[in-house]
Amino acid sequence: MANFSTNEFKSGLKVMLDGDPCSILENEFVKPGKGQAFNRVKMRNLKSGRVWERTFKSGDSLEGADVMDMTLEYSYTDGEFWYFMDPASYEQFAADRDAVAETEKWLKEQEQYEVTLYNGAPLAVTPPNFIELAITETDPGLKGDTAQGGSKPATLSTGAVVRVPLFITEGEVIRIDTRSGEYVSRASKS
Amino acid sequence: MSDWRPSASLDTIAARARLLHQLRDFFAARNVMEVETPLLAHATVTDPNLEVFAVSTDVVGTSPYRFLQTSPEFAMKRLLAAGSGDIFQISKAFRKEESGRHHNPEFSLLEWYRVDWDHRMLIREVAELICEILGRTGWQVWTYRALFQEHLSVDLFDPGIGRLQLLDIAHQRIGDIPPDLDYDAALALLMSHCIEPAISDWGVVFVTEFPVSQAALARTMAVDRGTVAARFECYVDGCEVANGYWEQCDVAALTAQFLADNEQRQQRGLPVRELDQRLLTAQTEGLPDCAGVALGVDRLLALQTGVNSLAETLSFDWHRA
Repeated sequence: MANFSTNEFKSGLKVMLDGDPCSILENEFVKPGKGQAFNRVKMRNLKSGRVWERTFKSGDSLEGADVMDMTLEYSYTDGEFWYFMDPASYEQFAADRDAVAETEKWLKEQEQYEVTLYNGAPLAVTPPNFIELAITETDPGLKGDTAQGGSKPATLSTGAVVRVPLFITEGEVIRIDTRSGEYVSRASKS
Repeated sequence: MSDWRPSASLDTIAARARLLHQLRDFFAARNVMEVETPLLAHATVTDPNLEVFAVSTDVVGTSPYRFLQTSPEFAMKRLLAAGSGDIFQISKAFRKEESGRHHNPEFSLLEWYRVDWDHRMLIREVAELICEILGRTGWQVWTYRALFQEHLSVDLFDPGIGRLQLLDIAHQRIGDIPPDLDYDAALALLMSHCIEPAISDWGVVFVTEFPVSQAALARTMAVDRGTVAARFECYVDGCEVANGYWEQCDVAALTAQFLADNEQRQQRGLPVRELDQRLLTAQTEGLPDCAGVALGVDRLLALQTGVNSLAETLSFDWHRA
C-alpha cells in the first residue's frame, strides 16, 4: 500500500496505526509561531470502533490500509459466520461475529449492507439507515388509543425488540431507523 | 458545484478593505514609509520549519528557479541597509504545506521595521496597533520561561531540564506524542498543545525572551541567570498573530545561523538552501540597529470580524483559488 503524508490526511482516508486499520475523521494543522508543525488527528479504529486522537509531526506518514467498502447482499448464517454476496459477481464473503456485531439484529435476507473489507475479509457491516421488518410478536393493541403517544414492545423477525405504537399488530411490516433503533412508520404497501 | 463563490462573506470582504485602510493610516500617522519588494526571488530562507514554492522560470540567462517569498524580510533588510529608514509592507507570502483552520499556503503579511528600536519598543507599537484595530484595552507581556513556569511548573533555565524531561511532561499532559522530537520540537509541542489553549482567554499576550535555540534571526542577550533570544510572539485569544525580532545585525552570527539551519535540513532529508548572498553582502555593508515584526493580516481580520477560520477571511481560500 502507498504511504500517506499528514498533509494528505483527509476525512475518510484509511490508514494503518498500531497494526489496526483506521479511518481519518479530522485533521487539524497546528504550528506555534516559527517552530515544528504538528497535525492533531482524530481517527476511528475500524476494528474496535473507538476514536483515537493522535499528534503527528507534520510531514510524517502512515501506511495506507487495504480497506474498501462494498455493497453486498445478506444471504444466510450458519451460526458461526454470516454470508454476504456481491450481487454483480456472486462472490461470497463470510463475516464473523466481531464484524457483524450490533448489525446482527438488522440482518434480513436479500437486503443490501455496506460491508467494510480489510485485506479482502469483512471487518464491519453497516445496515441501511431504514429497514422494513415484520413483527412476530406483540401484545394486542388497545382500541381507541390511536391518537395518543402510548407504545409497547414488539419483537421483529430478526429478533430485535423495538417500541411501537399501540395500534400496530402482529404480522404487520414496519419501517425502523437502524441508527436509533426506533419505529418510523408502517411499511409502505407495495 | 458552488465553489466558484467566495469563501468569505461580502461583509468580510468589505471589512478587509477597511482594515487595509486602517493599517496604512496607522503607519502614515507615524511616518513609516510603505514599500514593495519582489515576491519571486533568487534566494529563500534556510529555516528548517518553512517549506517554499519553487517556480520554474524559463528566461534565458537566469537560473531555472525562483522562490515565492515566505516573507518580505530579506528584501526589506536590504532596503534598510541601503538607508530607507522606517518601512512597512503589506504583501502576499507563501508557505508550502501550511493549510488548516489558521493557515492558508498563500496569505497576507504586514511586516514593518523600526530603526534604532529594540524588541521591547516594538512590542508596545504592535500592542497599540492591535488594540486600535481590535478595540482592546490592554495587553500582557510574559517571558517564555515564565509561561512554562506558570502553566507547566517547569523552569527552562534549570540545567536539569532537557529534552527527556520535556518529553516526560508532554507525555503526562498530552498522552500519545510523536517519536523523535528534539528539544525545540518538544517545546513547540508543549506550546501548541498546553500553553496556547491556556492563554486563549487572556486577550492580547506577548511572549518574549525565547530560548536561544529558537532565536531564528533575532539577536541573543543576557538576562538574569541566562541568555535568551530577543524575539517575541503576539497571541490574541490564543491565536498567534505576530512574530518579531530585535534583529541580528552581526553578519557572522547570521551566517552561522543559516549554516546551522542547513545542517538541520540535511539531517531531516530536506533540500539545503543556497544562502542569500545579496542579504549577507547588505548586512556586511551594515544593517542599521533595528527591530522588525511580521503580522498575519488574515488572522487579524478573523479576530476583528469574529469568524472562525482563515478561509472565511479570504475571497477564495486555497481550495477555491
